[in-house]
Amino acid sequence: MIYEVPETVDSAVALLSGATGSARILAGGTDLLVQMKSGVVEPDLVVDIKRIDGMKSIAQEDGGWRIGAAVSGAEMGEHQALCAAWPGVVEAMELIGSTQVQGRATLAGNLCNASPAADSVPAMVAAGAVVRVAGPDGVRDIPVEEIPVKPGKTSLGKGEFVTSVFLPARPVNSGDAYLRFIPRTEMDIAVVGCGVSLTLDEAGTCTAARVGLGAVAATVLVVEDAAAALIGSKADDTALDKMAAAVSAACKPIDDKRGTVAFRTHVAGVLAKRAAKIALARAQG
Amino acid sequence: MSQIHVTTKINGDTTEYLCDPEETLLDVLRDRLALTGAKEGCGTGDCGACSVTVDGRLVCSCLTLGAEADGCEIDTIEGMADGEKLHPLQQKFLEHAALQCGICTPGILVAAKSLLEKNPSPTEEEARYWLAGNLCRCTGYDKIIRAVMDAAEEMRRAS
Repeated sequence: MIYEVPETVDSAVALLSGATGSARILAGGTDLLVQMKSGVVEPDLVVDIKRIDGMKSIAQEDGGWRIGAAVSGAEMGEHQALCAAWPGVVEAMELIGSTQVQGRATLAGNLCNASPAADSVPAMVAAGAVVRVAGPDGVRDIPVEEIPVKPGKTSLGKGEFVTSVFLPARPVNSGDAYLRFIPRTEMDIAVVGCGVSLTLDEAGTCTAARVGLGAVAATVLVVEDAAAALIGSKADDTALDKMAAAVSAACKPIDDKRGTVAFRTHVAGVLAKRAAKIALARAQG
Repeated sequence: MSQIHVTTKINGDTTEYLCDPEETLLDVLRDRLALTGAKEGCGTGDCGACSVTVDGRLVCSCLTLGAEADGCEIDTIEGMADGEKLHPLQQKFLEHAALQCGICTPGILVAAKSLLEKNPSPTEEEARYWLAGNLCRCTGYDKIIRAVMDAAEEMRRAS
């Protein structure tokens, strides 16, 4: 294995493009090192991106926030303005692992690990996050939900890597929230995860909404019917019940030791309702 | 396989070492530098026995490559006592009998020190969540939490 620490995006792309064997990106390493030790991956090249300019920064841009690919969950949680702008994304990120894992784990890594149960991903989907990808053909911006294609697999091509995640500007009277179900109180993998983001007008009517759902399909789900149930409503009980039904209808989960199909389908609706209520309260300020 | 030359600062002392690219920081500390306070429990970031700080940030040294530490400041359990004088957390762990076999203790002390540096007045709940990534199979945690809360109080009084 060769370990490289490039200082520019271009040199990282050149290293990845020129790799003859398997190559992996190292940012926080909380998934990569576990996979290397268990032998699931045996990379010929590891590219540590932490010394590249911008990878460790959280910066305001066009009213939104650009989060570098090597920013840790702990750094996000300590950033007060980011927490105020996108509390649901930050709370989702902070649910991942222990304090020690938070010291290293990243949004971009959680996304590119491509686990269907990744906690931060439904929250990023709800937020309408846009991912910046650098590669041999330059830079492209793509919606977060287009990155994972199946468990453990992303849509990134050879030589490409995620350099940052952008959380767009949002109108006033907006709020987001993420909830997951786990059988314990801490340190577990989501059985179901749900992110909701919504915007209200002056009268308290929901004018925009996005709902992201994790751990109930092979990849994260964008549930447009659930968002449609909220838009135009006051997010009252009738609208929330309709949204929950749409969420449950979208579920295509597996049966495993952590949850049955029936359980996951039901809990997804319950969590969506609860997350929507928190997002609503945050939007109301 | 060519080795990587790393210059780092460990417990305040400039330290250089050569390591293999895939070698973890934990293996470097234990096998190359004879700093055996950090333990390997799970090796997968679940148990916290290998806890150290890198540039002031609490991490699992089993999930960090030795090569990544180049230019960083590492603090381990070996730097916690001031010569013969124990850190208040260490003293309180003895007084409260907050350990039995001792395997998890270095990691818990490093993690607890990191907590008190960020938050000198944690609630019991905050302390329990902060230390949720440090597993102990002996004590049932209560004595650990009592020792941490007591040390926090003593450190607040002393400051």
